[in-house]
Amino acid sequence: MSEAIGWWGVPLAVFGGAVRVSTPFLFVSLGECITERSGRINLGLEGTLVMGAMSGYAVSYTTGSPWLGVIAAGAVGVLMGLAHGLICSLDRVNDIAVGIALMLFGIGLAFYLGKPFIQPAAPQLPSIDFGWWSDIPQVRAALKINALFLVGVALAPFLLWTFKNTRWGLILRTVGENAEAARALGYAIIPTRVIATCVGGFLGGIGGSFLSLYYPGSWNERLSSGQGITAVALVIFARWNPMLCFYASLLFGGAGALGPSLQSVGVTQGYYLFNAAPYVLTLLIMILTCSPKRTLIGAPGELSITR
Amino acid sequence: MGSDFTLNRRRLLQGAAAGATVAALAGLPTARRAYAADFTVGFIYVGPHDDFGYNQAHAQGAAAVKKMAGVKVLEEENVPEDVAVEKSMESMIQQDGAKLLFPTSFGYFDPHILKIAPKYADVRFEHAAGLWTDKLPKNIGSYFGYIFEAQFINGIVAGHTSKSGKLGFVAAKPIPQVLQNINAFTLGAKLVNPKATTQVIFTGDWSMPVKEAEACNSMIDQGVDTVTMHVDSPKVVTQTAEKRGAMTCGYHCSQAALAPAGYLTGAEWNWTDLYPKFVTMAMKGEMIPNFYRGGFKEGLIKQSPYGAKVGDAAKKQADEVKAALSAGTYLIFKGPLKDNKGKEVIAAGASLSQSNESDVQLESMHFLVEGVLGDLPG
Repeated sequence: MSEAIGWWGVPLAVFGGAVRVSTPFLFVSLGECITERSGRINLGLEGTLVMGAMSGYAVSYTTGSPWLGVIAAGAVGVLMGLAHGLICSLDRVNDIAVGIALMLFGIGLAFYLGKPFIQPAAPQLPSIDFGWWSDIPQVRAALKINALFLVGVALAPFLLWTFKNTRWGLILRTVGENAEAARALGYAIIPTRVIATCVGGFLGGIGGSFLSLYYPGSWNERLSSGQGITAVALVIFARWNPMLCFYASLLFGGAGALGPSLQSVGVTQGYYLFNAAPYVLTLLIMILTCSPKRTLIGAPGELSITR
Repeated sequence: MGSDFTLNRRRLLQGAAAGATVAALAGLPTARRAYAADFTVGFIYVGPHDDFGYNQAHAQGAAAVKKMAGVKVLEEENVPEDVAVEKSMESMIQQDGAKLLFPTSFGYFDPHILKIAPKYADVRFEHAAGLWTDKLPKNIGSYFGYIFEAQFINGIVAGHTSKSGKLGFVAAKPIPQVLQNINAFTLGAKLVNPKATTQVIFTGDWSMPVKEAEACNSMIDQGVDTVTMHVDSPKVVTQTAEKRGAMTCGYHCSQAALAPAGYLTGAEWNWTDLYPKFVTMAMKGEMIPNFYRGGFKEGLIKQSPYGAKVGDAAKKQADEVKAALSAGTYLIFKGPLKDNKGKEVIAAGASLSQSNESDVQLESMHFLVEGVLGDLPG
């Protein structure tokens, strides 16, 4: 077995935790970033996450291939996104209310359909070993990185570039910023938003499959402790910028690992406070950066919360 | 205006008559079904009934009750420890005519069962782990097993098998029942290896999959090679330890299937014996004792079969102690005993026996014994 590494364990656990815990945050927040840039808020991503976790696990178990599970989770996410996108396209339908409804629906449906999959163990996603150069088993364990995380890491700058430099990104931003202007330019508003919500759902579903297929790596009904909702809030925290979403996800992941790792080196007082660290941080940044004189920097103009 | 009124009144009467007929037709059979010969027993769980943990242990007990003749079993899962459990209990009583309820989660007791029980004097409420006292209603009962005896056996096995002598404990909340387990596990390990330590990490709640996995990982990073836990579902901790090549002692029910390489043994509930006994007593109209406790001796708990890594010396010592516990001649918490701050918590000559006399002290335990690395809040 391994030797103790003492206080070095804390930064290592925070780093390892940031990598392990952040992936669902990363996928859901990137997905929501796309959706919100089109001018809609999809709060249903929590339901999508849970549905994705359940269906990914179920498909991995029945087919024996975890990657098929990931694809299935994404597909379920697209369906959930499609439902949100289409319902919100009706006149005078509030996207936040639909989102909450879909969140409850997704969670309930996942619990109902997921019953038979709580017991069996499904094949898990493999991890890539980046710690081969180190003799310290703890470092090797922390550097076992899942491929989905790497996909997320690549996706964030790619999205930023897409938003800024491509025709698609421009259409998406115009629709989200000012629907009248987009209509004047001849862009289809509703299809753009529906597609954006579907893509958001796709990423949300994949985020869910990471929970059940890699870390913590099993399906049960309390798998998601609100990661989906937290990730939606992360998008606002990250000012609708995909790269900032990436950093914020890492921050939340690392902060989540802080409590347990401090206890393991003997800092045992106030672990409830350490566990609450990410939320305190969110509140602080929100308070420090908001101003009554203007809307949030970077907020798409068509969002129902800014309109 | 006048004719409208007549029409409305006539419609109203017709509607009411039709409604009453439907209600009568629908109501009769349900009423008959609910109060027929079947004795109705309700089980309420805080999580899924097949969670490889606390709820599964209770559900196995419920399954044993289901096999009894003349008994109808109701089960509801995922009921949070708030007003929701009051609604579940009342609907089981009012709609299904339940006469005996097993709301199993710790947090259901106070205030929820205490609030509902006085309203239904003819219904029996049996709660796991609640502390019944004379002042509480007579239709509430509390039962629990001295599962720390089995955690003590876990500790003995872990003490033999661990190479580093560093053990880990993933705990939910610092309540007495959890502290008993942490302490007994540590004392068992120290019986074998006086230098053994138990690192404890509190996650803060009964089911926090991500935190539990993180806790397990960071302890293994600190050199811990054997972990056990007291959380609702030991699945995540067991699987994480197995992935990292560490050993596990299980809890609640057997997790051997999840960790074929590293599972040593486990502390399990044996509700499958107790629940049919309680139901039989209730059906005969006998009074179930309001305060019911027991360990190996009374058959309320059991030990998982030993895993592949457990050596003969470990098996021998564990079996000997288990035999003594079953005979009721072995004390786990005996003085002189110091806590991990050096303060004496049990004086020389004194002890907390596994019997009803010591229960109040046992179930208000608020210390961590010497050898536990960790602190209690407050």
